[in-house]
Amino acid sequence: MSVFESVEKGPAIEVFALNRAFLDDTATKKANLAIGAYRTNEGKPWVFPVVRKTEIKIASDETINHEYLPVLGNDAFTKAAVGLLLGENSAAIAEKRAIGIQTLSGTGALRIGAQFLRVILDRRVAYYSNPTWENHHKVFLDAGFETLRSYRYWDQEKRKIDFEGLLADLEAAPEGAVIILHACAHNPTGYDPTQEQWKQIADVMERKKLYPFLDSAYQGFASGDPGKDAWAVRYFVDRGFELFVAQSFAKNFGLYCERVGNLTVVQRNAASSEAVASQFTLLVRGMYSNPPAFGSRIVATILNTPELRKEWMECIETMSGRIIKMRKALFERLTELQTPGTWDHIVSQIGMFSYTGLNEKQVRVLIDEFHIYLLKSGRINMCGLNENNVDYVAQAIHTAVTKA
Amino acid sequence: MLSLLKSPRIHKAGKNVTVFGTNLSDTRYKSWLAGVKMAPPDAILGITEAFLKDENPRKVNLGVGAYRDDDNKPWVLPSVKEAEKRVITQRMNKEYAPIHGLTAFYNKSIELALGPDAEILMNKRNATVQSLSGTGALRIGAAFLGLFWKGERMVYLPTPTWPNHRPIFMHSGLKVANYSYYDPNTRALNEQGLHESLCKIPEKSIVLLHACAHNPTGVDPTEDQWCEISCIMKERHLYPFFDLAYLGFASGNINKDALALRIFAADGHQFCLAQSYAKNMGLYGERVGSLTIVCSTKDEAERVHSNLKTIIRPMYSNPPVHGARIALEIFKDDKLFCLWLEDLKVMANRTIAMRKQLTEKLISLGSTHSWEHITNQIGMFSYTGLKAEQVARLTKEYSIYMTKDGALL
Repeated sequence: MSVFESVEKGPAIEVFALNRAFLDDTATKKANLAIGAYRTNEGKPWVFPVVRKTEIKIASDETINHEYLPVLGNDAFTKAAVGLLLGENSAAIAEKRAIGIQTLSGTGALRIGAQFLRVILDRRVAYYSNPTWENHHKVFLDAGFETLRSYRYWDQEKRKIDFEGLLADLEAAPEGAVIILHACAHNPTGYDPTQEQWKQIADVMERKKLYPFLDSAYQGFASGDPGKDAWAVRYFVDRGFELFVAQSFAKNFGLYCERVGNLTVVQRNAASSEAVASQFTLLVRGMYSNPPAFGSRIVATILNTPELRKEWMECIETMSGRIIKMRKALFERLTELQTPGTWDHIVSQIGMFSYTGLNEKQVRVLIDEFHIYLLKSGRINMCGLNENNVDYVAQAIHTAVTKA
Repeated sequence: MLSLLKSPRIHKAGKNVTVFGTNLSDTRYKSWLAGVKMAPPDAILGITEAFLKDENPRKVNLGVGAYRDDDNKPWVLPSVKEAEKRVITQRMNKEYAPIHGLTAFYNKSIELALGPDAEILMNKRNATVQSLSGTGALRIGAAFLGLFWKGERMVYLPTPTWPNHRPIFMHSGLKVANYSYYDPNTRALNEQGLHESLCKIPEKSIVLLHACAHNPTGVDPTEDQWCEISCIMKERHLYPFFDLAYLGFASGNINKDALALRIFAADGHQFCLAQSYAKNMGLYGERVGSLTIVCSTKDEAERVHSNLKTIIRPMYSNPPVHGARIALEIFKDDKLFCLWLEDLKVMANRTIAMRKQLTEKLISLGSTHSWEHITNQIGMFSYTGLKAEQVARLTKEYSIYMTKDGALL
């Protein structure tokens, strides 16, 4: 008689199941538009040259060992991360109101932040966009949030942001609710609010006393310009909000597997720093004690060394440039084919993902007949497109739309 | 759960924890964070902080749990250095690891602990995942038990134990209590007290055991004593959760250090096992570890495994690979593995030699106390038997830093 006899199998996660299916697919012509990782024009993962040479340097540096990092992480890294996000000239930094806590990539930052909000600030209600990254819900649930709601975001019919719906839902949120916002390159839709819309969002949140928790997984990756991609974050900070920002360095440094992240905490007063840091210390200690060193050293070295930082900027320009090119290419093909429907959203969206607007039936056609893997929501990863397959994908979409 | 992490200071009357800012443009800024209380400093990490600030050139840090060589420096194991070199040379990509981590790594990890011929492994009854070192393994295991444990939701920790055990289990929704373990009079195992505790603990409770090199006392049960403990726990349906942070580091011999595990496995227990490679590979900061939950069948192990993934994903999605890749290089190359075994012996032998030398010095200085516990104990730590005032004096007058319960490294 086993204690775990009645344990049922846990649910499969769509994106990993799709990946598995893609790998197992023996078709000669196939495309993986499901996963959220960058691919080169040759369809390969890309380790930035500057990352590669930095890791070699670090590994061969006799003065670097594998000792524990401080609980809140590698100081050189967190300072650089906060500076990258808020801008080196940020008043919040100058006034010592911004703290950086090294985390296990973006997920870890969200989790630690959510746990702090729940346990220390007694927040119980959180909102995320409809749709959003599928893991947001579970992160906040496991952190103890009792009420999780979504605010309207994507208008499937009009294929743009349902802004009135968004504002109305925030207006109706209870005081103190935590609102998860995508700092840029919204996942999965690729649609970001305009600057004017961000201002209106801030207005409601200020008035209704809602707590901003921004998810920044694509800084630099979206437009190629880290400053531009951080506009919304900096705007909220300039307006005087207290907020959390979960930063991931998975995509913008291509360091997916080394779990490099940072939670930026912006406070109203520097005075609360020590107490806030001490509580985060307890949360981290009880979860994994201290964060992994290797990836943070790579990022810190690159951001803090001018020539390397410059090389890194070129890498993110390369990635964002290629994605924009692919958006244009897909749009042009669909226009040429005269595929029914409007496709402008493909070029007006930003970042890694595009909500194509394809429905489940059409998605199935793509997977079953064309061996093109994408989420049933119609989300595609633009990085999966390249000069070799964009025609094939456009043709497949055309077939799916005209057929189904 | 709210109260667990706050410092024990009482809220002033009328002061709210959550202070909602009334007007963001108000010059007298009200902060939501103003009410956050200062958490108590970490017992162990606080000592190192104080040590670093001390300007005495003869200062000694006997507080933190990391190996130091004869020059008091951190030691990167030669086998680890070579392994890392190989990893870097291979220029692998940086794609996400699966949620459960590197399969090749953790399969070797559990094999090391249970032995390659272990029946549990032959029948694939283990649900194993890569973890964020020992802490991460404990936390995932605790979270799993928090969700699925149908017995008594109480985890019994030995007195004393690593201070972090308590919050790990409590953050996972389990309650914590203690069982007798260490006898301060004999500075050895309180065997009778231990048996009495185990007999009193309600059936189907969870019992945390240090597989070897007990932290902080350095006192381990003998083989016979382990057999007895296993027997009692089987009879009383107590669920073992093993913390294995010093495999190979304690005696210099992996099989010897894994003895308790193998006794329990042979006796047919189902148990949790948290493994750390922080000390035995010196990979502290890379967070390398694994968690194993022993199940009754292969099918059950697969189901449990899928649920472990459901716990990991909303915590950190997938683990960091660099450290696991290094460990895997060592596991998969016989020569490098042997080199690692030698490195383990270096560390264990130096620790054992220091125990001997300290004891001999104390005796030669004319101390009339009994110091044999220092050489009887094993592993990184030693419960000296010094009292809090004596420790304070060592720190104040001699700049020797150690935890106030008398544990030293």
